[in-house]
Amino acid sequence: MKLVTAIIKPFKLDEVKEALEAYGIAGMTVSESSGYGRQRGHSEVYRGAEYTVDFVPKVRIEVIVEDMDAAAVVDVIVKTAQTGRIGDGKVWVMPVEDVVRVRTGEHGPTAL
Amino acid sequence: MSSLLAFAAAEPPPTLDSGNTAWMLTSAALVLFMTIPGLALFYGGLNRSKGVLNMMMMSFGPFGLIGVIYVLWGYSMSFGSKDIGGIIASPLEFWGLKGMLPGEPGATVLQDGGIPTLIFVGFQFTFAAITVALISGALSDRVKFSTWMVFSALWVTLAYFPLAHMVWGGGLLSGSADGIAAKLFGLTDGAATIAPIDFAGGTVVHINAGMAGLVLALIVGRRKGFGKVPMRPHNVTLVMLGSGILWFGWYGFNAGSALAANDSAALAWVNTTVATCAAMLGWLVVEKLREGHATSVGAASGIVAGLVAITPACGNVTPLGAIGVGVIAGAAAAMAVGLKYRLGFDDSLDVVGVHLVAGFWGTISLGIFARGTGLAYGDWRQLVVQLIIALVALVFTAVVTTVIALALKATMGWRISEDDEVAGIDQAEHAESAYDFGGRGAGRVSPLGQHEPDARHHHEIDSEVHA
Repeated sequence: MKLVTAIIKPFKLDEVKEALEAYGIAGMTVSESSGYGRQRGHSEVYRGAEYTVDFVPKVRIEVIVEDMDAAAVVDVIVKTAQTGRIGDGKVWVMPVEDVVRVRTGEHGPTAL
Repeated sequence: MSSLLAFAAAEPPPTLDSGNTAWMLTSAALVLFMTIPGLALFYGGLNRSKGVLNMMMMSFGPFGLIGVIYVLWGYSMSFGSKDIGGIIASPLEFWGLKGMLPGEPGATVLQDGGIPTLIFVGFQFTFAAITVALISGALSDRVKFSTWMVFSALWVTLAYFPLAHMVWGGGLLSGSADGIAAKLFGLTDGAATIAPIDFAGGTVVHINAGMAGLVLALIVGRRKGFGKVPMRPHNVTLVMLGSGILWFGWYGFNAGSALAANDSAALAWVNTTVATCAAMLGWLVVEKLREGHATSVGAASGIVAGLVAITPACGNVTPLGAIGVGVIAGAAAAMAVGLKYRLGFDDSLDVVGVHLVAGFWGTISLGIFARGTGLAYGDWRQLVVQLIIALVALVFTAVVTTVIALALKATMGWRISEDDEVAGIDQAEHAESAYDFGGRGAGRVSPLGQHEPDARHHHEIDSEVHA
């Protein structure tokens, strides 16, 4: 199994979720996060003072999939989340040793 | 407001006017609403999240304290008839509001407008309370709550009550025969020919609070990291909400200062509205030209600047004059708020930039726009009188505030420890945090009576247990 983690622009979340559901992914974990890459932050102005905000709000999506689906899932996320502008985010894939469904105690792909 | 002092000369017992009384009961409650929660929300939102509760408590705390003080000696010192040198009145004459309760002899009903003296007391208390709360914006995130409370009691007694007496209580800065204005340009019918105008508190409230804020910012010193670490407003929606509540409550402040439900109150109402609208536009235009964006915090700040500036003038200018007062106030305050970075004093939430600048301008603006007597009407004497009362108020407050602040610095001390300041004053001074984002780190309950004296250490023990 593989863990696919994607950091995307927050307003793209719904589109990505729908695209993943359409592909057949049954569940995911989403959290608010913030950070920066090559785009650095942005600046805000309050009462004439300019503040550089380094950490830009992002959404982090985590999905565990079977090995054969990983490349396709990455592809779906990248295609859907892409705007072509700076700050679109990152997606990465990591191996997962085991998964357990807490309710039943099932292990492995059946727990997905 | 100065005209009400004529009540001392009352011959026939004045009758109570229920319409005026109803309006004053309402106005007093409106002004209360300005501080609690209006100003507390406005300042709280502008502050960083780790100090929002302390910021709000710096409005709530003194409010309670001054309510008690006002009944004991505040009213007597401000509006009592036993004048001491034109600066203050005896604190004992109306101690505990004796003699003014229903059925008692004495000034139960004020002659002008026929309102009970008691509601005038209530109305004036809310002014004293908001003035102290306004100062707190200069001191976010770094001041011991106990020192702030002691300062509030001392300052309201030694700076606010005297100035209220001088301007509204028939003292040096009023139009009375012994006042400065009468000495300058002579008397007509026993009062100054060119009387100083401060309809609702440009000198007493805003110059007073603004100057005190400046002095305290200098004496207390900067927040750690000021000018280097970003200290942006943590909740702009609270700022917008607070400014709206301030605006709403300000009708009690300004239109209520007519002390009657009459045409003067109506003029004050319209002038307050149009000046505030113009000030918001003035601020936004400056921002748009300077930074390229009209901001929400700018709109909220422009509103407050306009309200401040029109406060002394709202009963004595035309609506056209009020537009002039407002637009200049908004633009001037927008330009003034950046000064603290250049001059290096940490007036955290711009008490100086907004209240001192707009309050000073509003007081001076009467010299130009006052109906009949301003420069726009061909007379220069009002301008001289307004300049003098503004400057006297400025110097008086600066001196008194400096003395109190230095005395407290030498005794109780102003600052919380550097560690506490970095960790957040809400935790250090109040053992609370404003926002709980769900269970994580919530720790465990320790019933009252069993908890250890220092809540912060307790919290650390908790996290160790859970780890």
